[in-house]
Amino acid sequence: MREISYARAGMEALVEEMRRDPTTIHLATDAPPSLVEEFGEARIRATPITENAFSGIAIGAAGSGLRPIVNWSMVTFCFVAMDQIVNQASKIHYMFGGQQTFPIVFRSSVGGGTSLAAQHSQSPYSMFMNLAGLKLILPATPYDMKGLLKSAIRDNNPVLSFESTRLMGFKGEVPDDDYTIPLGVADVKRTGSDITVVALAWLVHEALAAAEEMAKEGVSVEVVDPRTLFPMDNETIRASVQKTGRLVIADEAGPTAGAAAEIAALVTEDAATFAALKAPPKRVCALQVPIPYSPGLENHVFPDRNRIIAGIREVMAAG
Amino acid sequence: MTASPELQREMLRQMQTIRRFEERASDDYHNGAIYGVVHCYIGEEAVAVGVCSALNKDDQIISNHRGHGHCIAKGADLNRMMAELYGRQDGYCKGKGGSMHIADFSIGMLGANGIVGGGLSIVTGAGLAAQLEGKGRVAVCFFGDGASNAGSFHESLNIAARWKLPMLYVCEHNSWAANTSSRMTHARDDVASRAAGYGIPGVVVDGNDVLAVYEAATDAVARARAGEGPTLIECKTYRWRAHTERPGAADPRPLEEIAAWMAKDPIQHLVDDLKQQQGQYSDAEFQALDDAVMSAVAAAVAFAEASPFPAPEAALDDVFAD
Ligand SMILES: Cc1ncc(C[n+]2csc(CCOP(=O)(O)OP(=O)(O)O)c2C)c(N)n1
Ligand SMILES: [Mg+2]
Repeated sequence: MREISYARAGMEALVEEMRRDPTTIHLATDAPPSLVEEFGEARIRATPITENAFSGIAIGAAGSGLRPIVNWSMVTFCFVAMDQIVNQASKIHYMFGGQQTFPIVFRSSVGGGTSLAAQHSQSPYSMFMNLAGLKLILPATPYDMKGLLKSAIRDNNPVLSFESTRLMGFKGEVPDDDYTIPLGVADVKRTGSDITVVALAWLVHEALAAAEEMAKEGVSVEVVDPRTLFPMDNETIRASVQKTGRLVIADEAGPTAGAAAEIAALVTEDAATFAALKAPPKRVCALQVPIPYSPGLENHVFPDRNRIIAGIREVMAAG
Repeated sequence: MTASPELQREMLRQMQTIRRFEERASDDYHNGAIYGVVHCYIGEEAVAVGVCSALNKDDQIISNHRGHGHCIAKGADLNRMMAELYGRQDGYCKGKGGSMHIADFSIGMLGANGIVGGGLSIVTGAGLAAQLEGKGRVAVCFFGDGASNAGSFHESLNIAARWKLPMLYVCEHNSWAANTSSRMTHARDDVASRAAGYGIPGVVVDGNDVLAVYEAATDAVARARAGEGPTLIECKTYRWRAHTERPGAADPRPLEEIAAWMAKDPIQHLVDDLKQQQGQYSDAEFQALDDAVMSAVAAAVAFAEASPFPAPEAALDDVFAD
């Protein structure tokens, strides 16, 4: 099968869905020339630098029959649009009694590792998990990127697509034919029997490397990628932990009130899964600080395969 | 374009309906049948009615926290509005929205909104959709003088002007944002003058003269439908009641200021206009109109009272669409 990059897979999903559905439009501060060439300036809008306005415009356009795809570029820039995301997009369907659908995709890149310092190295998805009314995808492979983004564009709700900066050039197999991946279905990226590592985005790959390393020591690691943060596939995660009895959660975001905390809670509050635990779950996350600039500092803050290995060893030793 | 006598009578009916609906909403808020908060539109009826009279059913509007008048002027059903205020199952939002969130997408009413300035960009998206659809629909934003100072005002007007969106931005300049006078907050009191910065027409009208509002809106709608872009219309008006109906809420506005504006009652203004048109209107006719309006409002209350409260578990419905 052909291999394409994570970024390319996202572009293919966008282009194919825009061909499929003439009601799709694209709003971003830059209009990619290839898109303008194919779809024209009417559908591919170069907006002024007005994240608040063009996020709101997407909501109004969605409520009036279009299917806007917004690209905030970095997640950093969506914070000036928080009113539209938090007060409007997440609630508008519910608040109006379900009378209208608001199919919108908001794309943005997340994560660090590129010495861009605090403002441009953020992974704030748990802030949005805490709102009811948004769906959230976080793909880790080109295959997942394409299939999830297509589902997001076809979904009748606002969907936030968080896309890992570190993975943009990462290549993987993607079939030529049209496919989608349903939202809310986790993927077991590697099966194992001794310990479950639930990993997000870039850390899926670090967890797979850690699993390879641990296999040499005779520890069988299962790697689960939730792929969507809302809806979260509780069943797959719980089933894996019931099988292995041990859990490490790896996330590039900080641990406090984060996705990792939510995953720990959904495992421990379920009686059957709790009963199967042989050791306390362990979070392997970024340190809870703004992301620093200098490479030595930045590397110290982010989790990686070595910290996942250390986490696995700790949990294995605990029981 | 001037309004026909029939249209003028219809405008009067709508304005009186808003007035009586708001009086009832206020009463029922104070007697506990309506919850949360209510912002009355009394005194500003000519703005919503004048603008919406220039629109077609499939044109779209967005409103703010003071939204009942805009709903009624766009043709919303009083029964379902009142049921929403009463928190009932047959309300427009099945009891999930209340006063600040009444919407009826089927008549192009994209919703009241509790965030000052929140609707400006959303309705600009409706304008974009209208432009892409190419059927000549227009989109209208109602917002206050307070909202005119929010960043979303500038962002939205710049985009709408640049993209020549078929839009009307209608500022209801009542000189107060909650308890703060616009004299304290506006670098320049006229909002319409800002239109020059976007290269679009900026029009100031007497917002208590429904026929003047209608004429300004008709011109702006024609311009929008012709693909010439948005217009900013500033309607000078005044709210008669305090910012909200909340008991004991402060109202720092000078009594003489309130009295002076109440003397410029937009409903009386139209009645006088109709009378001046040589025997076209009698007090008896107005009385009959008011009787009909009062019974429509009473029927809305009866409808609301008869509608059940939603089942508590319905709180879990409609978070997501299918
Ligand atoms: C962003 C935001 N800030 C503050 C408020 C509280 N608030 C509600 S209405 C209002 C005044 C709005 O004034 P204006 O836009 O002139 O509308 P008016 O009430 O005069 O019709 C304020 C401050 C709010 N709802 N949203
Ligand atoms: Mg005001």
